[in-house]
Amino acid sequence: MLTIPRALYDQIVAHARKDHPDEACGVLAGPAGSDRPERFIAMTNAERSPTFYRFDSAEQFRVWREMDDHDEEPVVIYHSHTATEAYPSRTDIAYASEPQAHYVLVSTRDPDQAEFRSYRIVDGQVTEEPVSVME
Amino acid sequence: MAIEVRIPTILRTYTDGAKQVEGTGSTLGELITDLEQRHGGLRERLVDDGGLRRFVNVYLNDEDVRFLAGLQTPVKDGDTVTVLPAVAGGAR
Repeated sequence: MLTIPRALYDQIVAHARKDHPDEACGVLAGPAGSDRPERFIAMTNAERSPTFYRFDSAEQFRVWREMDDHDEEPVVIYHSHTATEAYPSRTDIAYASEPQAHYVLVSTRDPDQAEFRSYRIVDGQVTEEPVSVME
Repeated sequence: MAIEVRIPTILRTYTDGAKQVEGTGSTLGELITDLEQRHGGLRERLVDDGGLRRFVNVYLNDEDVRFLAGLQTPVKDGDTVTVLPAVAGGAR
């Protein structure tokens, strides 16, 4: 299960809305091994595309080093789908390489209702998990 | 002196859990070949016939080697090479 503070949940949805129709992406960092997302980090989608995203490699290097320096890890890796459901695509699965992370997908295809779902992706196996929002 | 190589979680199965290993070589390609001697299987996760795999980012100090000379990038003692999984995907 992903347990996420309301403020971080809202920031992810707001980022996805802002970048629509392009895909938005980013990370929630938290203390290593805690499984607790605490810090919102919006990342640049280097592809600026409605169907693909890629973290800018230089920005990723800085953010990952900063997490390392603070004994943090990416607890959540999120991105948006802007015309399809919030379910991992084949590309998402092929690239998923943080087995401890929650992969959050947000769909912005409906302008009023954002679809927010979370998955574990390990060795190509996708498992959906419940999302618990802490008010 | 040697070249320090930082390994991401997903590839630590090849380094007995070590976060950091050391190697030698005059180019990134040679360094990876050297690492393969002690950490069998690592090379295949980093390179294929076409060069560096698109699923990984490799940095020399703080520079993405794709913007340098890829596997031909010169490396020297005291350098730090960092491997990170590329984070990418999308609806298609």
